[in-house]
Amino acid sequence: MSLGPDRTTFPVSTDAARSWRPPPRIASRSVRRALWAVAVLYAALAVFTVDVDLARVAEGLTRASDFFGGLLRPDFVTRWTDIRAGLVESLAMTLIATAAGFVLSIPLGLGASRNLAPAPIYAVCRSVLAVFRAFHEVLVAILFVAMFGFGAFAGVATLAVATVGFLGKLLAEAVEEIDPAPLEALTAAGSPGPSRIAFGVLPQVMPRILGLTLYRVDINFRESAIIGLVGAGGIGATLITAFARYEFESVSAILILMIAVLFVGEPLSGRLRRSVS
Amino acid sequence: MPEPLTRRRTWDWRSPSERLLHFVATLLGLLGLAWAWTHISVRTTWAFVLDAGVQLQDMGARMFPPDGSYLSALVRPLVDTVHIATLGTVLGVALAIPLAFLAARTTTPSERLLRPVALLALVTSRSVNSIIWALVLVVLVGPGLLAGTMAIALRSVGFVGKLVYEAIEEAPDLPVTAIRTTGASRAQSLAYGLVPHVLPTMAGVSVYRWEINIREATILGIVGAGGLGMALQASIDALAWSRVSVILGVILATVVLAEWVSARVRRELG
Repeated sequence: MSLGPDRTTFPVSTDAARSWRPPPRIASRSVRRALWAVAVLYAALAVFTVDVDLARVAEGLTRASDFFGGLLRPDFVTRWTDIRAGLVESLAMTLIATAAGFVLSIPLGLGASRNLAPAPIYAVCRSVLAVFRAFHEVLVAILFVAMFGFGAFAGVATLAVATVGFLGKLLAEAVEEIDPAPLEALTAAGSPGPSRIAFGVLPQVMPRILGLTLYRVDINFRESAIIGLVGAGGIGATLITAFARYEFESVSAILILMIAVLFVGEPLSGRLRRSVS
Repeated sequence: MPEPLTRRRTWDWRSPSERLLHFVATLLGLLGLAWAWTHISVRTTWAFVLDAGVQLQDMGARMFPPDGSYLSALVRPLVDTVHIATLGTVLGVALAIPLAFLAARTTTPSERLLRPVALLALVTSRSVNSIIWALVLVVLVGPGLLAGTMAIALRSVGFVGKLVYEAIEEAPDLPVTAIRTTGASRAQSLAYGLVPHVLPTMAGVSVYRWEINIREATILGIVGAGGLGMALQASIDALAWSRVSVILGVILATVVLAEWVSARVRRELG
């Protein structure tokens, strides 16, 4: 086979062939340029609002050595009783809040599924879930501390609300994607509402939701460290106290223990998650 | 006439061994919950909890009507909050992408040394909540937007880095190999064989993180790191509950809007 004639028509060696570029995602050049201009303008404006006080930063650098020095010398002993009490309380809060959140998320999640709930119930449940998710745990904790008083109970309520927002939304999304056939079969067989849900819907979504619940245990434990900052109990209370007293060695110990608990818990929850799904 | 075999067979959800396992697991779970509940319960002042309804009414009465005139004073904190989230995300993504390439088994230049270091950096970043980063940074660089932006960036690195390096590891290596065989350098083969594959993930993860960061930036001010949280803390300290309700309304609107924008952009990215 001769390559002769093709060679003359195929411009192998010109620069155009060498400098091939992938086609851009946004086809229109003017839109592309406008987007870049907006992005650059925004970045410039935003960066200027961050006024950096260099004198303060320099002062901070000397504190940084204190701080990181403290972090590198974790002290588990001095505040051990407080740290242990905080960790145990965090763990208890996590368990109760996850369980309560799971139970409450089922009716709300089902109500927020477009394919099951009538329009008014759907709207109410969706809005409740959106509000639960919109407010950061710390904000919810501030309100609950004002309502229930300082301590672990406010923390449990906070984490439970966050769990409902998280699981409820994901449950609703899972329910909206179920295979409708089992549900139709149950309806055709004359099965009443509750058993249609129990046998036609829940078996399809529960493995996923149980997995997510176990994942939420992780998140709740992590979050229990920060809602304590506003008085909602747990290890966070210990952490903020250590911070306020400049006991960076204890801060370091607490952070290390948190990471260690999560590190040990992760493969465990991973295995549980695989076994339920 | 022989008895039909199926007469006594009833359908069962689980096999006997599964049922036993299920029973034991349920029992352990309930015991754990009972322990946790008593632990919390003895530390709770129940009088305050039972009083919550009254407190809620009281708080509601103070919050309403919201002080609408305070809205104009919230423009600046709101803009600051958005800046903290956006700049923090940009900075975090900029740090996360090189770390992701170092952490991915398929692209790391040294599996022995750089990969563990990059993985440790990502885990550390993820393990510390942004409000704790903010607490630290307020001590180091002083209160304000800088501390908030850095806190958001430091927390985002681990999140974005982890998801991107997983996407890199899962990407097919055929395109890279194909480009490599044409004589392209390693960097060129990655740029044309791998980057286009992970770019949508990078963009999607970044936008998703931005949405989370908006929510987190609303509270960083509580520890002094700028934004709406600072106004909130000031209003709570001053017991100005009619302002607190305005701030909560602004936060709700901002977060819901950010969630909508993020969902739209991610749908466009596919």
